Amino acid sequence: MGRAQWRAALRNPVGAVAAGLLVLLAILAIVAPILWGDAAEATDPAALSQGSTSDHPLGTDALGRDIMFRVLVATRYSLGLALLATAICVVAGVILGVLPAVLGRRSGRLVVAAVNLAVAFPALLLALFFAVIFGVGARGAVLAIGLAGAPSFARLVQTNVAAVSGRDFVAAARVAGVGRFRLIVRHLLPNVGEPLVVNATVLAGGALLAFAGLSFLGLGVQPPAYDWGRLLGEGLDRIYINPSAALAPGVAVVIAGLAFTLLGEAIAQVVGIRTTRRILPRRSATPPADPADGASTATAPAPTEPAPDAVLAVEGLRVGFPGAGPDGWTYPVDGVDLTVRRGETVGIVGESGSGKSLTALSLARLAPERAVVTADRLDVVGLSLAGGDGDALGDEPPRDDPAVRKHLGTRLAMVFQDPMTSFNPSMRVGWQLAEVARVHEGQGRRAALARAIDRLRTVRVPAPQRRAHQYPHEYSGGMRQRAMVAMGLMSEPELIIADEPTTALDVTVQRQVLRLLREVQRETGAAVVLISHDIAVVAQLCQRIVVMYAGRVVEELPADRLDRAAHPYTRALLGSVPDLTTDRELPLATVPGRPPDPASRPAGCAFAPRCSFADDVCRADPRLATVAPDQRAACWHPRLDDQKQHGQEPHGQEPHGRQPHEEGVSRA
Amino acid sequence: MTSTPVTPPAAPAASAPSAVAGWVGNPWARFLLRRAGRLLASLAVLVTLAFLMIHLIPGDPVRAALGVTAPPDLVEARREALGLNDPLAVQFVDYLRALFSGDLGVSMTSGVSVSETIGQRLPATAGLAVVAFVVVMLAAIPLGLAMAVLTRGGRRRGVELGFTSTSAVVAAIPEFLLAVGLVFVFGVTLGWFPVAGREGAASYVLPVLALALGPALLMARIVRVEALAVMDEDFVRTARAKRLPPLRVYLRHVFPNALTSTLTIGGLLLSGMIVGTVLVENVFAWPGMGMTIVSSILAKDYPVVQGIVLVYGAAVLLVNLVVDVLLAIADPRSTIREG
Ligand code: SF4
Repeated sequence: MGRAQWRAALRNPVGAVAAGLLVLLAILAIVAPILWGDAAEATDPAALSQGSTSDHPLGTDALGRDIMFRVLVATRYSLGLALLATAICVVAGVILGVLPAVLGRRSGRLVVAAVNLAVAFPALLLALFFAVIFGVGARGAVLAIGLAGAPSFARLVQTNVAAVSGRDFVAAARVAGVGRFRLIVRHLLPNVGEPLVVNATVLAGGALLAFAGLSFLGLGVQPPAYDWGRLLGEGLDRIYINPSAALAPGVAVVIAGLAFTLLGEAIAQVVGIRTTRRILPRRSATPPADPADGASTATAPAPTEPAPDAVLAVEGLRVGFPGAGPDGWTYPVDGVDLTVRRGETVGIVGESGSGKSLTALSLARLAPERAVVTADRLDVVGLSLAGGDGDALGDEPPRDDPAVRKHLGTRLAMVFQDPMTSFNPSMRVGWQLAEVARVHEGQGRRAALARAIDRLRTVRVPAPQRRAHQYPHEYSGGMRQRAMVAMGLMSEPELIIADEPTTALDVTVQRQVLRLLREVQRETGAAVVLISHDIAVVAQLCQRIVVMYAGRVVEELPADRLDRAAHPYTRALLGSVPDLTTDRELPLATVPGRPPDPASRPAGCAFAPRCSFADDVCRADPRLATVAPDQRAACWHPRLDDQKQHGQEPHGQEPHGRQPHEEGVSRA
Repeated sequence: MTSTPVTPPAAPAASAPSAVAGWVGNPWARFLLRRAGRLLASLAVLVTLAFLMIHLIPGDPVRAALGVTAPPDLVEARREALGLNDPLAVQFVDYLRALFSGDLGVSMTSGVSVSETIGQRLPATAGLAVVAFVVVMLAAIPLGLAMAVLTRGGRRRGVELGFTSTSAVVAAIPEFLLAVGLVFVFGVTLGWFPVAGREGAASYVLPVLALALGPALLMARIVRVEALAVMDEDFVRTARAKRLPPLRVYLRHVFPNALTSTLTIGGLLLSGMIVGTVLVENVFAWPGMGMTIVSSILAKDYPVVQGIVLVYGAAVLLVNLVVDVLLAIADPRSTIREG
């Protein structure tokens, strides 16, 4: 705990208030007995057991002594005893805590076991136990509270010491023959100091409260001495005559106890977990519907009528998060247009950070809570989720009634990236599937489960009857992903959005899942949007490929024209595709350079810093423009040659024929 | 269904080795066995400590109990009656034997048998603790969940701050001080509820409130934090992707997965509350074991103290056991396999 940290703890408002209170209490503890010690003892036979009067603002006790003075004077004794008990607790706890580290294995274990056993009992029970042994009175109570708190403090020390003693410098010290005692004092304790200081502070608060409790019960301070607990106990008997006689010492105990506890927590916040609550930059409540600087020139100028058979039509999709952008928002997705026709398979490719997954989630209205989604048009499976004026969708969705839910729930299916985490671990897989039919179609348990089993069979989960009754952790990764697809098939989806469905799986399983998606697509006629960072995966399944970079679509082309990709970024992606000669154990080759941070994208073409064709023209925003039939690219200098001739390919192979997952073997 | 039956063969005729193998092979059986072993060890330590308590007291406990003015032959007779003159080992064996036959000794002051006293006092204490615990659970879980839903994704910072700071402050006030405050507000000032004794349902209100308020807020905080963490999980997104009604998402998908820590904390709170009754009973003159143990400590009536400490300790151990078993049921993977 450095001085800087103490200072930081004091700058924290809670810490400052707590510290101020403690200083006040300390001053009271010193001066109150000197100033008012006699007044607190003075009996006033004319005013026995009085309520509040001008002479005695808080009234008097049974002997006519002034309550206010007594409460003030009791500060010293109450604080002193609490601190003494804390000291005993810390010393005993540290001794018990470091013992396992220095004792032999067996006796160390014994100490740990004893501490664990003792921790199971509430401290008050231990305190009562010790109070019996040490006898009633202040001395006994100090010992009892100190020892009662020792086990939990010891456990804390043990955990921290165990964490430290595994580290190198301790091992080095051991090897260097540093004695046990020295090892503890010089190497172990200083490195576990911080959490111990924090906890000792909180502990002091606890000790104060516990002491008040014991004194209140009559087991602590004995008359004629008095502390707050004792005053409270005496005052409670006369609470109907003079409530303040009970309330004043009670309030004193609460304030002092809170001061210690809060100071401890303030310190903990400073030294430990850096405060989790970030202060967000000041910003408007919602992002401007349309960027004032005209940054989204990639957006089509005006909404046009989408194709009549579109299951997905989105124009000018922007997803904003409160962040460090110029207007207080950052836009990981910044003006995306996308149309998917019935039965079509479309792949969205891009590096991580290109905004492709967020695009997919926003389309499905599953964007994170903080995101604000706007669009000029957002028609999903026949439901218009945004009007032409850039409705905010993310914050409070405009419509979330059962009808909308049913519509989306039955016609739009999602497959997520990580099948390990995408199932509820505490619910049987069959029920998780059946839930869809139960909620949206009002089916009974039996019928819904029967359909779930049937769908599991469809996706070739073996023994679906039995598997349906299992929990997700009993499934393998690939099987779980297939079950996820089956979940989407519980109704008749028109659109399946699969967000990196194969990334978390190994190669063989990847292939199975892709094949399954293709079969499902063929059999159900559903449109599929497949999102992946792997252009090879997308090329296997999709008819059309959409390449995203820095939150925008940079190229759109049919899969069979990949070898004629026009955008330098698409070409770079193709260049990073692994083939048979690539070692799969190594991380995938990537496009050199990094995608720009959405908070500070360069003006003009966002790819320019990584593009070898960039020139001054590229400082202006390129728009998506037709470069060939069915092919559009957002680039000032589209590559119109065949990729093979250009020699950008390290292996000089035709990209289209290169589908290592599926056809690699037959290529020889 | 092809899974093997988990129950061991009931017929004694079944060959012993296969029955044993069946037990050993079953993770549940192993878990329960291990856990029962730990309970027995803890109970043994508890009983030993309760026995030793009298012997750890400096000086002569009988002399201390009867006072300095008591005639020496009376002290001697009482020592003899309590068996305190026998060797320690013999005393321990006698103590254990008596314990197993349900005999916890006789009060030094009243001469009433300790088990009888406990039998009279236990229901009041247990009733108080159980009602308070039920109140904690019924209040804390919905409150915590509601707070999590309201403040999810960093919304309603004001509500969040208000809830976390209020609950932190109130939960830091010990139950007996809350009790005094409640007596003042509802008993003295408003006169709504009785402030002493145990007669009728109304007499439960204030003690239960004093005992339950802090733990309930603490628990609500935990539930909120856990539920918020679960809400960030992928499977909650899956549930949303299924377009389930929000309430169903929270109750079926979020809450069950926040249950583990809720249970753990619930167990800790319950054992804390069992012992917390000692203080609350003394504020409200509640005729339970807490009143008895304090007056017995003050009167140095050690057999009674010994017996009541045993009961409290055993109750705490039992709560821990139940929590562990519930945790194993809620999350079979972690608890049973590791342990
Ligand atoms: S616009 Fe310019 S910088 Fe951007 S990709 Fe095309 S050539 Fe490269």
